[in-house]
Amino acid sequence: MLGQFDFNVIERSLGYLFREGMVFTLTLTGIAVTGGIVFGTLLAMMRLSSFKTLSAIAGAYVNLMRSVPLVLVIFWFYFLVPYIGAWILRQSQPIQVGAFYSSVITFTLFEAAYYCEIMRAGIQSVSRGQVSAGYALGLNYWQTMGKIVLPQAFRNMLPILLTQSIILFQDTSLVYVLSITDFLGAASKIAQRDGRLVEMYTFAALVYFVICFVGSLLVKRLQQKIAIVR
Amino acid sequence: MNYNWNWHIFWELSPDGHGTYAHTLLIGLGWTLATALTAWVLALVLGSILGVMRTTPSKWAVRFGNAYVELFRNIPLLVQMFLWFFVLPEILPHGIGTAIKQMPPPWGSYVPAVLCLGFFTAARVSEQVRAGIQSLPRGQNMAGTALGLTLPQTYRYVLLPMAFRIVLPPLTSEFMNVIKNSSVALTIGLVELTAAARSMQEFSFQVFEAFTAATLIYLLVNVILVFGMRFVEHKVSVPGFIGPVVKVEAGH
Repeated sequence: MLGQFDFNVIERSLGYLFREGMVFTLTLTGIAVTGGIVFGTLLAMMRLSSFKTLSAIAGAYVNLMRSVPLVLVIFWFYFLVPYIGAWILRQSQPIQVGAFYSSVITFTLFEAAYYCEIMRAGIQSVSRGQVSAGYALGLNYWQTMGKIVLPQAFRNMLPILLTQSIILFQDTSLVYVLSITDFLGAASKIAQRDGRLVEMYTFAALVYFVICFVGSLLVKRLQQKIAIVR
Repeated sequence: MNYNWNWHIFWELSPDGHGTYAHTLLIGLGWTLATALTAWVLALVLGSILGVMRTTPSKWAVRFGNAYVELFRNIPLLVQMFLWFFVLPEILPHGIGTAIKQMPPPWGSYVPAVLCLGFFTAARVSEQVRAGIQSLPRGQNMAGTALGLTLPQTYRYVLLPMAFRIVLPPLTSEFMNVIKNSSVALTIGLVELTAAARSMQEFSFQVFEAFTAATLIYLLVNVILVFGMRFVEHKVSVPGFIGPVVKVEAGH
């Protein structure tokens, strides 16, 4: 019970937990959010494209990613990326990728499917007349998208994009299945080494809760602030 | 690329004693479905109660519901899984804790997995149910009161029948999320579909065959579910009401 709760083990491992674990988690989250939004936006543009093949490819990709569990996708890429790398670099043996790059690629590609759905709704929330106006001014597709449609789409979808990023931050804990030392992985290693499961897992839960709760409060504030009065 | 494909691997005997590798995967699928279905029942009941609580005039009920949702939404599922599996038996009274720890193999991880997924998904279900009830015109509630119905009667006969029809599509996607999220239970030792594919890969070294099979099974389950729910939606739809507008939201 609480009487045996050993705060000391948490105190002793704070440096390891945050300097090694949290830094990994935040780096992975940062790269995956950036990559995911860029790739997701491109996918959304493909999905809404009038070229049937392009939109079919993007649709199939998004639906595939969204119907498979993230854990399975992590395993897939962990084993697949070395082969793809060898194929790209024209080597006969699978290349060494390492757990970090493997998880970066996994999360970017996986979350892109979710960001795609958000951006698709964002692009569709911009009225058709704006696109026509862009073309009427003589802008081409990329100019219309980049200067007129996407800025508004991002603004409309900003709260949902950020909420998805908080979820991504939570999901990065699943790299545990590859025995990577992210925040949870670090907590878990100390928990098992010192036999202090209760303390470490409760502390990990508390840290995740505080970060995500504060994050979601900020998103809520932002949502009220940037809401466009129509 | 020199990977030796061997699609016959599924009909070879696996060393786990269940028969062929295909058999291993099917047993995994069975555990995935069993876990997801039980957790879904729990989530649906608990989530509906919480969702209703958050729309009642009682301030404390609303606060409790909101606190529940914030708590379960802001902790990663994997951490919650560890809390149920490792931490709960330790903080319960000694006798109960030991009894939980001594549950025989599949049940020892099945029960915590179901509880974890159920309570986690309940938070998401309650969000949907609340949104469904709040999307109804205010007049519906007032009409119920004007007819002399009590608050429970208003919910039972006026609000909930429409609200549940409205939230059927988002609930379908929550159900698919439970099936996908049940794969997280492999971290506490439940051999569900993903774990079965992983063990097949470890024993047979046929990585991509194993994962392809698991992926296809997940896709198949999804397709069956989507068509099944489309049928249900069609069956229960009230003539004269168009379907609800599907709105985007963040998910995983």
